[in-house]
Parts: sequence; C-alpha cells; structure tokens
Amino acid sequence: MSVEAVTAQRFRPGQTVHVIERPALGHCRTPWYLRGKTGVVASVQGAYRDPERLAYHKPGLPSQVLYKVRFLQTELWPDYPGPASDHLEADIYEGWLESAS
Amino acid sequence: MTHDDHDHDHDHDHDHDHHHGGDGHTHPPQRDHDAGPMSAYEVLEETIRSLLIDKGVLSADEIAAQIDLMDSRTPALGAKVVAKAWSDPAFKAKLMADTRGALLDMGIDIGTLAEFRTIENTPDVHNVVVCTLCSCYPKLLLGVPPAWYKSLAYRSRVVVDPRAVLAEFGVAVPEGVEVRVHDSTADLRYLVLPMRPPGTEGWSPDKLASLVTRDAMIGTAIPDPGLRAAAE
Amino acid sequence: MTSSPSRTTLLREGADGRAVHDVGGMDFGPIDRDEHDLALWEKRTDAMLILLCSKKNVFTIDAMRRVIEDYGQQAYDRTTYYEKWIRAIRNLLVEQEIVSPDEVEKRMAELASVHRANGRRVSAETIDWAKGGAA
Repeated sequence: MSVEAVTAQRFRPGQTVHVIERPALGHCRTPWYLRGKTGVVASVQGAYRDPERLAYHKPGLPSQVLYKVRFLQTELWPDYPGPASDHLEADIYEGWLESAS
Repeated sequence: MTHDDHDHDHDHDHDHDHHHGGDGHTHPPQRDHDAGPMSAYEVLEETIRSLLIDKGVLSADEIAAQIDLMDSRTPALGAKVVAKAWSDPAFKAKLMADTRGALLDMGIDIGTLAEFRTIENTPDVHNVVVCTLCSCYPKLLLGVPPAWYKSLAYRSRVVVDPRAVLAEFGVAVPEGVEVRVHDSTADLRYLVLPMRPPGTEGWSPDKLASLVTRDAMIGTAIPDPGLRAAAE
Repeated sequence: MTSSPSRTTLLREGADGRAVHDVGGMDFGPIDRDEHDLALWEKRTDAMLILLCSKKNVFTIDAMRRVIEDYGQQAYDRTTYYEKWIRAIRNLLVEQEIVSPDEVEKRMAELASVHRANGRRVSAETIDWAKGGAA
C-alpha cells in the first residue's frame, strides 16, 4: 500500500460509472461479479500503486486513483431477495471504470 | 548446518486471553506438537524459516517480535476503540475522518500494508464487511480473522444474499433499514462502528467495550446489553 | 489438523471461467462458524509474510495473492489458508532468487530426519516433497 495525493481524477463523487466488462488475465482486484455493472462513485479513496503491476515485482506505476463505487443490489443480482434500497460498495481502480453517460 | 532449535520461540505458544465473536469463550489453541505426524506444510514452514534465518533475511527475534505484535492485536483492542468513539464525540469525528490518525492517538500503529476506514452503522444503514477475492481484514487492529470470514461459503454468499447470512448470525435487519455490503477489494480495510445500544447511558468506556464483539466490528453481530445482563 | 481444512474440491457452478479465488455471488453451502486458534507454525507463517512484504520488501502482498490465485482449483480448495501462504512464500522466494528449490528440498530432508530421530513422525507427503534433497 502506498497512498498518494490524487493529482488528476476522471470521476467525481455522485457520477454514474460503468465497470468495464473484460476478462482478467493476471492479478486483478475487480471481482468478476461487478464487471459490466453500473454504479455511482461514493468517494475518491486516494491514489495507490497499481496492484496489476505490483503483483509482478514492478513498482506499480503509474498509480491508480481508487474509487468507492456504490451499486444497487438489484443491479448486481436480478433475483436479489432483499429490499430495493440495499447496496453493495467496492473499491475499484480507475482503469476499470468508464463514464456511464 | 545449525538449526536454531525450534524450542527457541516456544514461549509464544502459550494461551492468550482470546476474545472471540459471538460466543465470548475461548477455544483450544492448536499446538504444533499434537499427536499426528507433522504435515508437509508444517515442515515446509520450518524449512523456509531456517533458510531465511541462515541467510540473514530474517532473524528469529524479528519473527518472535512480529508474533508478539499480532498477538497484541485482538478484538478487545477494537472494542476499546469503539467504546471511545461512543463516549468521546471528538474522537469519533477523527476516527471517521482519519482512522489511521485516531488509532495512532490511542497508540495503535496499523503499519504500512493497508489504509483503514471506519464505517458507521446508523438507524438507516447496517454495514457488513467481506473480502470476496481474498481475506482482507483490519488485522492490525482486530488480530487475525475468524475461519468463517476466510471461507468460500461466507465470501461467496454474503454479497448476494446478505440478509440471509446476517440472519444465520442472528442479526435480523428490518426491511426499512438498508443493508450495505462492503467488498474490500483493494487497499482499504473496513472497521464497522456499531450503534451504541440504548440503555447504556452513563456506562464507563470499559463497560461499553465489554459489549463490543469481534463480529459486531465486522457487521455480523449487534452489541446487546441484554446478553451482558444475562451473564451477570 | 489446523484451521478448518476442507480437503474436497468444491463445485464452481456458474463460474464461467473466472479465476479460482473470485467467488462473489456463488454458493458453497452453509457457513461453518467453528473457531480455531492458530497453530504456532501458522503464526510464524503470518509473521514471515508480513516481514517479507513490509520490512524487507522481498515481494509484495499483491505478488503473494497472484501466486495463490494461480493455483489450480484442487490445490486452492484442498489447502488451508496458511498452507496456501507458506507454499506461496516458498515459490516467491524461489522467484526472487532468495532460495533455490534444491536448498528447500535439502533442508526439508534434513529437518525431516532430525524430527524422526527425535521420535516425531512426519507425513508421507513431507518425505515426497523432500525427495530431491534426501541424502
């Protein structure tokens, strides 16, 4: 872990974002169940060394801005048994997000 | 070849005052010298440790000190943090804004491997934490996670059916209260700040801390003064 | 036995080719809530990992996770938490050329002999793993 100041960020809190749907061929922190899903940026968590490079003994640069993204459970699971107001949050690196608009 | 005799750090194999989640009693420690044959992994650990010590990468003292450090991080420490947040609004504000700094103010250093965040239960939101990809957990505060937290069964299911999982743990979340699952996928570790139970006005921080179980700080339990009263 | 070993390979229904560790949304049945305190070797494994990743910078937690994630499903499901860890530490120390596979086998064979000479049994698997290092 190496938290750094965020110098440039593509997304702002409140913005709707889409998690990119693609396979991961190596180490990756975007769970399969969130790929292709749409959520809202809840907060910006800072910039961190990129685990997809750190995992291969590289310095993890450039650093990646990390976002807390909030998803409606009903968006993630079509048969979600609980109330429509339930949410799930996960921390997603910028390279896995795209603007939903 | 010299082997630093493994009896060297056997003083770390004593019982500690474990402070577990739901049930509050202790469990037998798993000895490395029980009746069965040594497993290949156990011998592999000894092998790796002796090679690293011989090569000067690690020392036996460093390993012993790290074990002592981890043994000092227990849910009881987390409970103290929660009780302080319940009792001291300025501390709570700092804990929410800067968990690392607030813990450091209490003399708790969370190291360099992860950042911490505190998430607060409210009358409207009940939080529960998981790591679906691995077993990320605020270890430098709460100690090692319970086996169930690391299990495929918990990791897979709490994200898709949290209310049923919570019900199995004895937590019934009313329909009108949002359940918010936190999948700690990256560099952040999450500590749940439970709600202070009603009827605890005027309680000392120590008495409050006695209500706060490990599971309450994961989100799979609710502090219950009734259980404490029943035990008294 | 140490922490809750489940020595079976679990069905990955609906896995659709996702990696072995990436299980969110799947169903592995009831949650076993038995508590286990760690064995000493598990605490040592935990301590070595933290020291190697933070103080010594020999490898990263990310690399450790990558190695575990690359296990096949049988190895992933049939090993306990700290079994996965010590195996990954061994592999990363080899990858970073801190130890060689030969050194590991040789030391393992030596330690197995010492234990047996002291009347302590070691598993058959231990002997297999140390085979290249046996005198």
